[in-house]
Amino acid sequence: MALALVPVIALASLPLVGSLPTWVTLTVAGLAMGMMIFMMASGLTLVFGLMDVLNFAHGIFIAVGAYGAASVLTRMSAQMQAESLASDLTAMVPAVLAAIALAGVLGWFFERVLIRPVYGDHLKQILITMGGLIVFEQLIHVVWGPDIIPLPRPGTITGSFILGEAAIERYRVLAVIVGLAVFAAMWLLLNRTRIGLLVRAGVENPEMVESLGYRIKRLFVGVFVAGSGLAGLGGAMWAMYQEQVNAQMGAQVLVMIFIVVIIGGLGSVGGCFIGALLVGLLANYTGYLAPKLALGSNILLMVLVLLWRPRGLFPIGKA
Amino acid sequence: MPEPMLSLAGVNTHIAQYHILHGVDLEVPRGSLTMLLGRNGAGKTTCLRTIMGLWRASAGSLRIDGQDTTRVPTPEVAQLGVAYVPENMGIFAGLTVRENVLLAARAGEPDAKRLEWIFGLFPAMQKFWSSVAGNLSGGQKQMLAVARAIVEPRKLLLVDEPTKGLAPAIIANMVEAFRELKRTDTTLLVVEQNFNFARSLGDRVAVMDSGRIVHTGRMDALAADAGLQTKLLGLSLDTHQ
Repeated sequence: MALALVPVIALASLPLVGSLPTWVTLTVAGLAMGMMIFMMASGLTLVFGLMDVLNFAHGIFIAVGAYGAASVLTRMSAQMQAESLASDLTAMVPAVLAAIALAGVLGWFFERVLIRPVYGDHLKQILITMGGLIVFEQLIHVVWGPDIIPLPRPGTITGSFILGEAAIERYRVLAVIVGLAVFAAMWLLLNRTRIGLLVRAGVENPEMVESLGYRIKRLFVGVFVAGSGLAGLGGAMWAMYQEQVNAQMGAQVLVMIFIVVIIGGLGSVGGCFIGALLVGLLANYTGYLAPKLALGSNILLMVLVLLWRPRGLFPIGKA
Repeated sequence: MPEPMLSLAGVNTHIAQYHILHGVDLEVPRGSLTMLLGRNGAGKTTCLRTIMGLWRASAGSLRIDGQDTTRVPTPEVAQLGVAYVPENMGIFAGLTVRENVLLAARAGEPDAKRLEWIFGLFPAMQKFWSSVAGNLSGGQKQMLAVARAIVEPRKLLLVDEPTKGLAPAIIANMVEAFRELKRTDTTLLVVEQNFNFARSLGDRVAVMDSGRIVHTGRMDALAADAGLQTKLLGLSLDTHQ
């Protein structure tokens, strides 16, 4: 039933929006936003579920990923003006790889230095990760400067497709495609590989995984680094969507990411995916229909979901 | 005399500020099935968890198959050939029966003959092979927990209250399965509250009270001595038949 929420909300909004072309535009925008939120949130939900770590520093991986991508893209701006997909890709692929690598390395550092000493202590986790977020935001100012960096999109993903009377931004279509690819890759990894099996088992009962002879701490590091890398990818996509980067951009979306993780059920990647789509769609529909409600719509959604399912849409049966 | 498969010497365990085990001395001979009995809160589960390395011994020493495991982390204890079935069964409820078993087979895909043998012991496992483990009944979950522990040959099997909350028919199935296990080389240490179950399977028995081993000996000797049962366990077998 929870799976049906996305099409139900989308279809229910159609008579409220009134115009089909506007509805199509809003729906694609909502799905694109949802996919980008999913990329940023999926790592956090696994870290929550597997490691029981409240990581309030997750936003810094998003920001660092965005800055990493921006650094590459600004140096390769010549390639992006050629109006050729191949030329754009020679700039975008290294930019995305840089975002993932930079955020992943920072994630490894966080896990080793800040989080490992506070496993099992939620209060200290909140304090140290909040502190880490603030310190690294300031370090971003030191490395990249305090000003907002404008980030023009590559030529081939600028502008819109026109479908009948509906205008659909090319970049949003790209975000949907990348989001679906990331979800498919994560689904295959989690459901078709032994490492995925270990991660799913570890989310439920890490102690039993250890009792079966597996070193869960190594898995922790791998998941933390992968989750940080995904946040970096999401940050790069989000920065190109916003067409700018700033040090606080991760912290600004952190509340929305936590809402998605809670709605989906802690530790559930599928739940995170559905939760992100719901948040993205609702933000766009309410932004159009009742702009004053847009800010609170996601919190209202979370309250309603938790009243219906207190452990989220797809709860993991933790031991 | 061959070295025991498992030996504990003066083992103490603290959990937070609580001192649970007070110098436990225990030897489990190779190839035997030793029952660990005792009243609730005697320290039986803590004893098994300390052997597995899930709780660290604060004093004393543990040896498994001649190797000192006092400071060895849990995964390495398991890699020595030790399998553990916890009191709550430790089933991964969101995974299928197949995935639960696959995870326990560290060498890769489970051996087909071994799997056939397990299906012979627990036919329900074959029937529900592709079902989500969380949907199994309590008895089936216990079967899965044991099946998972023996999917590969193990030197030492630690089982915590395998009959807890099970219907008599399932307990009878468990008795048969453990009898079959006794025919293999596996050494078993089983924590149990059900004295009839313990009596029907145990070669040896150790009784715990207040974090100490207060009696060790042959199971048949304890089963034949109603006075000793009453003294050690607060029960007489006669009253449980």
